[in-house]
Amino acid sequence: MTQILLRQDHTGQCLSFGQYCDAGGFEALRTALGGMSPNDVQQAVIDSGLRGRGGAGFPTGKKWSFVPRNLPGPRYLICNCDEMEPGTYKDRVLLEQNPHILIEGMALTCYALGVEHAFIFVRRGYEQAAANLRTAIGAAKQAGFLGSDILGSGFSLQLDIHQSAGRYICGEETALINALEGIRANPRVKPPFPAVKGLWGQPTVVNNVETLANIPAIIAHGPTWWKGLAATPEAAGTKLFCISGHVRNTECFELPLGTPLGKIIDGPCGGMRPGSTFKACIPGGASTPYFTREHWGVAMDFDPVAKAGSRLGTGGIIVFDQNTCMVAATLNLTRFYARESCGWCTPCREGLPFLVHTLEKIEQGLGTESDPDILREHVHALNYAFCALAPGAMGPVEGLLRLFEDELREHITKGRCPFGD
Amino acid sequence: MIPEQLAYDLQQRVKDAVTHREAAIDVLKELQRHYGWLTDEALAEAAQLLGLSTLQVEELATFYEMIYRRPVGRTVIHACDSISCWSMGGEPLLRHLEKILEVETGSTTADNAITLLPCSCLGNCGDAPALMIGEHLYGRVTPERAVAIIEQLRLGMPTKTTS
Repeated sequence: MTQILLRQDHTGQCLSFGQYCDAGGFEALRTALGGMSPNDVQQAVIDSGLRGRGGAGFPTGKKWSFVPRNLPGPRYLICNCDEMEPGTYKDRVLLEQNPHILIEGMALTCYALGVEHAFIFVRRGYEQAAANLRTAIGAAKQAGFLGSDILGSGFSLQLDIHQSAGRYICGEETALINALEGIRANPRVKPPFPAVKGLWGQPTVVNNVETLANIPAIIAHGPTWWKGLAATPEAAGTKLFCISGHVRNTECFELPLGTPLGKIIDGPCGGMRPGSTFKACIPGGASTPYFTREHWGVAMDFDPVAKAGSRLGTGGIIVFDQNTCMVAATLNLTRFYARESCGWCTPCREGLPFLVHTLEKIEQGLGTESDPDILREHVHALNYAFCALAPGAMGPVEGLLRLFEDELREHITKGRCPFGD
Repeated sequence: MIPEQLAYDLQQRVKDAVTHREAAIDVLKELQRHYGWLTDEALAEAAQLLGLSTLQVEELATFYEMIYRRPVGRTVIHACDSISCWSMGGEPLLRHLEKILEVETGSTTADNAITLLPCSCLGNCGDAPALMIGEHLYGRVTPERAVAIIEQLRLGMPTKTTS
């Protein structure tokens, strides 16, 4: 099984710049600058079938193709490292091990897009990742892979880090752009999309850390090779799956995209921890509807997971055992979204606290027969929010209603949580 | 008043930014580091440095989880209460921290040493339950380890971030 993203030195420490270069690092950038046009690089990414690893799964090359090349003024690339979706920590692990691969990926992307100034937007709490990036940027600059006239090609790139101060909504790309500009990070209206009018009103691409880190391998080995790393013919590349909850090994694994859920849990996760049996999991970070035992064979790839009623999201798998109350889990998730709502639009600002109140009531045994329908109405109504935060928050609530309605109703008929306090 | 060197550093940061506002979060963080929390005085200083009104700075300062617009203790413990930590005993851990610190979540110990705050996912989900103290992430925090961490904090000693 080939891993292209996660690499450590033999002591488990962050890879040094020298070690990265010795293992073929920055060869892709040399190849691109030496003989490929920016269009060639973009075409390779389109051909690879790479889809965004930040949650939405939009085809990366297609996103790049929306950037108009004829507008005056600068264009920008922003790397989204505002990894705040509960259950997601893959970008942190990647940057703690191998920050250089992101820098090479960003340099290649900027070359493809004609960008000369790029930013890495790093969340609060990822101080080690930011420190690694600073060191790596310094080393890359010194070696001539960043700065002006890179490798004598005439292509120049300035790469800066923006460290945020902790707010989930900053991961939404238009809110992120506001945050970077130093404006309160409410999302912006779309269209215009950032590709046309983004940072400081200029064409801007926002890509996730893992997405950008895949670019060097696509260029170095070719799109066909890279695509073939996946577990199924439909999938493309590898994926970082970060695991938490009630399994033995709660770590971040790089696996072929399309690996079945059950194989991930029984394989690298080492199965359930002693005393636990599998009840459910969240397949792709906090905003994705639950999977149960019936989804054991689902290939963990964008389309198969969507077909099975959930989303691949960030690849953050959170596993729950038989003692987990799904109402309480959904309450916890909804509280997170209610707290993190930016307050900009009414459905999200008012709807989420009301859902928290309703779920609290049910969990305390004070629910009424009409509550499931009230929840259902909100799952529908919150789709009319301004951005994707509230619809995302409805993922687990929708999953609760669809897969665990009996458990939900048991709370109401018994007048207490069947799992105790 | 902030020291001359800090004022100079912040002016440089603002000057180097693409627009002044782009440096706003860095400026707020540095002023918070200096004062311990973002005081009204710090807010006014930030506004002056950034060429913004105090209201514009307030809009930012009240938006972020890690900017404190109220006084905090010398050390702030952020305890993650999101789903992965919740599934691994985050709630009992928070109750335990309240007990050993003799404070309610959201308040500061009587000696002004430690403030206990809940926080959103710290991205340390594989090592749940997690805390962030200062700029360090702590993982797999059992009640026993929590006692040890707090003892060492009180003594001003470095603490181990993983078990």
